[in-house]
Amino acid sequence: MISLTINGEVRDVPAGKLLSDLIEELDLPDTRIAIEVNGSVIRRNAWCDVTLSDSDVLEIIHFVGGG
Amino acid sequence: MSDSARIEESSLRLAGKEFGSRLIIGTGKYRSFSEMKEAHKASGAEMVTVAVNRVPLDGSTESFLDHLDPSMQILPNTAGCFDSEHAIRTARLAREALGTDWIKLEVIGDKTTLLPDNEQTLEAAKVLVAEGFIVLPYFSDDLIMAKKLLDAGCPAVMPLAAPIGSGLGVQNPANLRIMREQLKDALIIVDAGVGTASDAAIAMELGADAILMNTAIAEASDAPKMARAMKLAVEAGRLAFESGRMPKRLYASASSPIEGAIQ
Repeated sequence: MISLTINGEVRDVPAGKLLSDLIEELDLPDTRIAIEVNGSVIRRNAWCDVTLSDSDVLEIIHFVGGG
Repeated sequence: MSDSARIEESSLRLAGKEFGSRLIIGTGKYRSFSEMKEAHKASGAEMVTVAVNRVPLDGSTESFLDHLDPSMQILPNTAGCFDSEHAIRTARLAREALGTDWIKLEVIGDKTTLLPDNEQTLEAAKVLVAEGFIVLPYFSDDLIMAKKLLDAGCPAVMPLAAPIGSGLGVQNPANLRIMREQLKDALIIVDAGVGTASDAAIAMELGADAILMNTAIAEASDAPKMARAMKLAVEAGRLAFESGRMPKRLYASASSPIEGAIQ
């Protein structure tokens, strides 16, 4: 298992997890969200190329009301 | 130009895009999505702001953007960022998620007043402009900072009228006037602090090119009605600015002839 920090929450996932699989397992839509891994934005078409590593820090955003 | 078109207020040209409305509105604090939609429609606004936020991980993600009229341009903001680094990262995420280069840059300096950190804002603006963003910065109503932000490549500057969500109206009209007079060709969008229609009209009469507001509409008891009031106020204020108001005089100036009145 590896340990990830996703939006500030620590989550353990099996080693070798692909970013695209994680998004699917979290039941997140694949449009109008964006993902940053360790401070860098991962383009949508690269989600299936990114294998997550232990201690990776992810930020996954969407949009809410604001001014 | 037809006579009726001649007396309409001019449209807003911002970063190569033309907007028929000079009102830009937010999407926060509405009591319901249906009320928000009704208010948006009544406002006539063609651009709306949205905030970037962490998705909930419990699968409860709702597609907020589906509640926006697809004809409106979406302007994501960097609200909630307290330094340039977070604002830059937020802008990059927003661009990736929405495919838009437009960003309302907001770097807050203090939680109580929500006043902007101008120094961090300028730093972030420089980086984001270099990355091809269309940066619309929220900042204190200061001429020198406005000049620096324009020099950095921002297509418009967005001075506050009063603190965010305060509804106090234009607190320092002299600053806005000075900015208008000294930056004749710059686009000035008053962002934050408007409370009611007269505040919006005053800001426009002072020469603002547009107004961005959220709370004044969303927190009105009848948001759609206030949205319409704001639409009319922004139009009226702009028309008054473009028409060139009469000078103020200390003494009266009779409208009817005094000479020839019966004795």
